Amino acid sequence: MVKHIVTLLALLLLVSGCASRSTTLYEELGGEAKINEIVENFVYEIEYNETILPYFAESDIERFITKFSEQLCVFSGGPCEYSSDTMEQVHGGMNITEADFNLTVDLFINAMNKANVPHRLQNQLINRMTHTRRQMLYL
Amino acid sequence: MRILSLLSFALIIYSSISVAGSGKLIGTAGLNQLEGAGGGGIVPWATLSGYDTQDEVSVNAFITQVNLEDYRLNVIGANVSLYDRAEFSVARHVFDLTTLGGEIAQKVYGAKVRLYGDVVYSDWPQISVGVQHKELEDTAVAQLVGSKDNSGTDYYLAATKVHLGAAAGYNLVWNLTGRLTKANQLGLLGFGGPENEDYELMLEGSLGVLFSRHFAAGIEYRQKPDNLGLGEDDWMDVFVTYIPSKRVNFTLAWADLGSIAGATGQKGFYLSVGGQLW
Repeated sequence: MVKHIVTLLALLLLVSGCASRSTTLYEELGGEAKINEIVENFVYEIEYNETILPYFAESDIERFITKFSEQLCVFSGGPCEYSSDTMEQVHGGMNITEADFNLTVDLFINAMNKANVPHRLQNQLINRMTHTRRQMLYL
Repeated sequence: MRILSLLSFALIIYSSISVAGSGKLIGTAGLNQLEGAGGGGIVPWATLSGYDTQDEVSVNAFITQVNLEDYRLNVIGANVSLYDRAEFSVARHVFDLTTLGGEIAQKVYGAKVRLYGDVVYSDWPQISVGVQHKELEDTAVAQLVGSKDNSGTDYYLAATKVHLGAAAGYNLVWNLTGRLTKANQLGLLGFGGPENEDYELMLEGSLGVLFSRHFAAGIEYRQKPDNLGLGEDDWMDVFVTYIPSKRVNFTLAWADLGSIAGATGQKGFYLSVGGQLW
């Protein structure tokens, strides 16, 4: 039994090792064009969600689009730099709940689905975003 | 019946004070394991049973059937998950001795507390402790095979982690549980026996891959004591789960439960339907 688990783990490692290391996630996703598409879809998802929309009541949407695209570019290893307020500064005073945060992740997944981002790339992108969660919750 | 009344009681209480849980990523709430706790199929996990976050509660129910060569296990259970912190569960087992005739029933009351972490977002695995108190309703078979007690309590510590995109881009989930127990075959054959009547530490593990937001597959392993000297075997299963929404999940597994009460080679299909009622 333990042998089976070890074999399975070895297989998983092997398969993940085969994924090309030379290209960045940014390139695999489809670069700037695809990231812009995801962010536009995301804004659309937020506009039609009455729970999340109020968090953006005082936001400059154009600025949000620019800055969030910049962030996704950085997270996915693209040729960008993020230049703005810290996540804590942006989200301070909003008191974002865990439920609303996770709902927004669901909206982000919808946005990626509508941009035809493959499931495996979606997971990898989300994985690189998770560290921002503690910079956003209950501030 | 008692489960149903408890469930409706819980529904009435909690519907009045809080919002229903839906705040976790789909698939990351896990399933309901045989003894009623949030988990895989046969192993309790550190995850709580519902999709509730720290501001929410959830109520879940499930039915499970395991069809073996000489036996059939029917389980009905329900649990309440509070603020992604604590979980309370009840389950009733009816174990049909399809070859010999007769049945053995027992109730399992469980509680679990999350000590640390978030299965998806924390750096380290989510950690929970739990208890499962089991009371046999039909004690004749347990006494016949030489068990010491008709009721018993298991204690467990579980660690669970989802690694996003870790398995070639697919989400990987693993769980490791250490359980102190005296139970023979979940308790259906009583607790303790001529070979051993003390607590023993048993290790249980699960490994799964989420192939999409709605399909998962994996394996589970559960170490078992052999207090009765009847050659009780470790359990294992291979499962596929379909999670169409946060409201419902379907699991089909192939389970190899080894020797039960001297009848060897007990294998068969495990079917489970679980749902979040609130």
